[in-house]
Amino acid sequence: MIEAVWLIPALPLAAFLVNGLFGRRWLRHATGWIASAAVGLSAVLAIGVFLEVLGGRERTTVTLYEWIGAGDFRVDVAALIDPLSTVMLLVVTVVSTLIFVYANGYMEHDAGFHRFFTWFPLFVFAMLILVMADNYLLMFVGWEGVGLCSYLLIGYWFDKPAPQQAANKAFWMNRIGDWGFTVGMITTFLVFGSVTFSDVFDRVGVATQANLTLISLAFFFAATGKSAQLPLYSWLPDAMEGPTPVSALIHAATMVTAGVYLVARSVPLFVGAGPSLEIVAVVGAITALFAATIALVQVDIKRVMAYSTVSQLGYMFLALGVGAPAAALFHLATHAFFKALLFLGSGSVMHGMQGEQDMRKMGGLRPKMPVTFWTMLIAGGSLAGLPPLAGFWSKDEIVGAAWNEGQTALWAIGILTGVLTAAYVTRALWLTFGGEPRDRHLFEHAHESPAVMTLPLMGLAVGVLTLGVVLGFPPDAGFIHTFLRPVVEVEGLAPREVEVVTLLALLAVSVAAAIVGILIVISMYARHRPDPAAVSRASGPVYRLLVNKYYVDELYDRRIAGALRALFGVLWAFDVHVVDGIANGLGRLSSLGGQGVRRLQTGIVGNYALTIVAGLIVIIVVYGGYAAGLWRR
Amino acid sequence: MTIDNILTLLLVVPAVGLIPLAIFRDDRAARQVGIVTTFVELALSLVMLARFRVGEADFQLVERADWLPSLGIRYLVGVDGISVLLVPLTTLLTFIAVVYSSTVVKQRLTAFMASFLLLEIGMVGVFIALDLFLFYVLFELMLVPMYLIIGIWGGPRRIYATLKFVIFTLAGSLLMLVGIVAVWLASGDTGSRTLSLPELLAIRGSFSPEFQFWVFLAFALAFAIKLPMFPFHTWLPDAHVEAPTAGSILLAGVLLKAGGYGFLRFALPLFPIATQVWLPVMIVLSVVAILYGAAVATVQKDLKKMVAFSSVAHMGFVTLGIFVLNTQGAVGAVLQMLNHGFVTGALFLFVGIQYERTHRRLLADLGGLAHRWPLYTAFLGVFVLASLGLPGLNEFVSEFLVLLGAFQFGGEPLGGLFWGPLAALGVILAAVMLLWMFQRLMYGPVREAYRALPDMNRVEVFCAVPLLLVTVFLGVMPQAAIAIIEPSVERIIRLAQDPTFQVALR
Repeated sequence: MIEAVWLIPALPLAAFLVNGLFGRRWLRHATGWIASAAVGLSAVLAIGVFLEVLGGRERTTVTLYEWIGAGDFRVDVAALIDPLSTVMLLVVTVVSTLIFVYANGYMEHDAGFHRFFTWFPLFVFAMLILVMADNYLLMFVGWEGVGLCSYLLIGYWFDKPAPQQAANKAFWMNRIGDWGFTVGMITTFLVFGSVTFSDVFDRVGVATQANLTLISLAFFFAATGKSAQLPLYSWLPDAMEGPTPVSALIHAATMVTAGVYLVARSVPLFVGAGPSLEIVAVVGAITALFAATIALVQVDIKRVMAYSTVSQLGYMFLALGVGAPAAALFHLATHAFFKALLFLGSGSVMHGMQGEQDMRKMGGLRPKMPVTFWTMLIAGGSLAGLPPLAGFWSKDEIVGAAWNEGQTALWAIGILTGVLTAAYVTRALWLTFGGEPRDRHLFEHAHESPAVMTLPLMGLAVGVLTLGVVLGFPPDAGFIHTFLRPVVEVEGLAPREVEVVTLLALLAVSVAAAIVGILIVISMYARHRPDPAAVSRASGPVYRLLVNKYYVDELYDRRIAGALRALFGVLWAFDVHVVDGIANGLGRLSSLGGQGVRRLQTGIVGNYALTIVAGLIVIIVVYGGYAAGLWRR
Repeated sequence: MTIDNILTLLLVVPAVGLIPLAIFRDDRAARQVGIVTTFVELALSLVMLARFRVGEADFQLVERADWLPSLGIRYLVGVDGISVLLVPLTTLLTFIAVVYSSTVVKQRLTAFMASFLLLEIGMVGVFIALDLFLFYVLFELMLVPMYLIIGIWGGPRRIYATLKFVIFTLAGSLLMLVGIVAVWLASGDTGSRTLSLPELLAIRGSFSPEFQFWVFLAFALAFAIKLPMFPFHTWLPDAHVEAPTAGSILLAGVLLKAGGYGFLRFALPLFPIATQVWLPVMIVLSVVAILYGAAVATVQKDLKKMVAFSSVAHMGFVTLGIFVLNTQGAVGAVLQMLNHGFVTGALFLFVGIQYERTHRRLLADLGGLAHRWPLYTAFLGVFVLASLGLPGLNEFVSEFLVLLGAFQFGGEPLGGLFWGPLAALGVILAAVMLLWMFQRLMYGPVREAYRALPDMNRVEVFCAVPLLLVTVFLGVMPQAAIAIIEPSVERIIRLAQDPTFQVALR
């Protein structure tokens, strides 16, 4: 089975080619099922691969051919199948399959259906290349590939300006991060003489700490772009401009998890790299808190979820930074399920509300959309960290790891973010489903989505209900830990033994934090004690700061972009007036000199040729004589 | 003449095509002659490629004949791993340019086809000439037809543009001629002088550092203008804007490569001491070109100027790869010449296809084309992505190898860990510029004026498909080309790095 692992990305690639070539004219709506079937088959194959890895084949390399080989640089198109890539394969293919099925319903009436289902499997293909690659360069193919697909899908409705801007922003910001990837990858080659994972990690001892710091920080910079961390996070909320299944794919199964995967894969480089891991932890924790505060005041349901993703990814980096990669991967997996569910649920609400995303026009939808409500409630509980839902187990491991590492400040940020998380998700669900309908007209026409959309919701909900216990019980020693141990057990990352009492105390604090967040919001919105509007008025400047997202978009999109545009304009003026000006000036000078011999300008090309030849002869004779004398001393 | 004289055949076939053009002076015949001749030439070049023995560094398929024996000037042609790929690039792009033009160009078609056949002789010849005098003649021969192509079939400011083009390049090549004469004089005593590259390589040890310094400069100026390197690039945007589509395809696709090729073939191996002296200047100018070209491209209003400035940036990768003097850099540089030829040739083709319909080239006048032109959008999209260096497509491989070489650059000033990451920033700018262009051209609401315009026709698809296939192939399986390029490039790097290194004279 593992030998056939290349079939897993080949199937979505085939779907891309078939739908791209024949979709518009012939296949039309069949493209949806072709793509879904291809990804579904990939998921089945991935399960097969998983079972084999579970059976003891811890590390297999499947080489296709030599890709680039120049001088001492050699790199193959080869797949590395180990527990880490297997977990990613499973998450990507299983969650994607459910999203694909859902999209068949969601996109049904869109004119670009075939186009959507051309890019969609390409996205999965790129992500699979990313997680399967056995070297950094091939990983970079998938890395930029998902960037491209997100560009295409965010800008899917390309006749409107907002999606175009969002798509460009996503690609450009990712490209800035990719610069870090390039620098990290090439430096890796300079230090280790290879970019293949096994070679690099085997030789990690040859590198100095300075080498490792440079490489690991370059890779982490790349990860902040792809996984939307500070300072390169701001493309992700804007990515909401794409169709909702795209958001689900980007936020849950593919794309944003890539940065976490990159750092998890490169943990051996980070461990010996001095302050790198601490930087990862601090950036992760700050991002988690930062994005959660913004999510608290958004009124667009998808935007709440988007900032939530940024925040949850922050948790994953926090986990990596405090030396708990297994916990990071665990949270990555559970988050993929509950965030996909939250997005698809939001899409289901929008579907029933004629595309409305503004939660101020919703409310009271629970009886109208029971399946959507209950599944989203499960996902929301998981995000808030309520036991026994999946997110509780994984998030708690992360916060606990921070405590156990002695990072009390980061632990406190984690807990505080937990309060905020519970608050914003409760607020979003309340505004959508609870209380009274605020837009009568929309409410009258609201309806539950068809089965093709609600079934994937239920499938994901089953995952959210069970995954936490299946993968993560008992804490810090669950299945995912034993499974990942061969990869993430790196020298210098010794897992600490934690006493049961401490464990239970930490659990209690986490759960209490979630409950506090939930209760505050319910009190505010259900009983108006205190009234939300009064709170936002009272907190004036803080509220404005949050609503305006700390003015970061303003800074990036206006100030920095504007300054660059001005600089490029100056360069262009320099080109016209100085560089070209000198050239034209020389030309004018010679034409001034030519005024005297103007009568020679007969306009007959032959005469010019004659002049050129005559001039040449003069030059040759003069210079030749000079040179002959000079060079043969 | 048999198939064993394949390189000479490559020079003769276009010349033979000129005869019927002179006899039958009607448009239909001109079209057929142009297409058939360039097709035969393309087929021949592929035969040549097939006969090339991969893995050898030295020149193959060599043919020689005395030409001006009293001056030691010979007809000497041959191909190595570099030229054996640049020749098919030339013949493919010429064929495509001619096929495309046959449906578009309406006036003076006989003269048009004759210009392209003449141009093809010059372009193919430049890549196979191994005698400096022959090289010079063919280098200049490229100039004349391009002068006519821009001057006769060009846009409104064609005279200004074509004169600028000619004066710039002529200034450079005349300097090179001076250099060639100096080399000839220094190559021996009366009667034993030579301009053949293998013989010059054998005696290059006798060129004094001072001599090398000046002659390298003369050659380098010619090639730097041709490429063009910053700050000699200002003729390029003007020439492209006014050139007809087919002219732009060959100008960007092939003519610029003569500059990069000249550095590798002549300047570096003949003058290794001077190479080391001039190298810091070249590195700095290359990185400046990469960043400056892309930055200036982003603020262009005219599509063709935009692509022209992006060419400046892409050619910066070529010179950077050459002058870091290591295998990866130089292999990347040669690949970049190929890839840029296919991709930017395609970009100019697509700008032309668009222009034929809308008669607009200013981005402000365009937009929303994606609605009505799915085929065009898909094709152009792939070439735009290739041009911005998306992994999986061809330009990524070459730019990556150049960067890999640049990071390893150990010389002054500042070293590779400064220039490498700096050059890598150019990749970000390329994405900014190209996606912005694509967005303003293709996206947005449909414009009424363009609603009825048709998508690509069969001829246009026929022209685009081979370019697309090569673009994908060289991204997915670049090793096929690298295996051909590497031995020859390694030898040149060795020659450039070690002034005492000798190659066996054949």
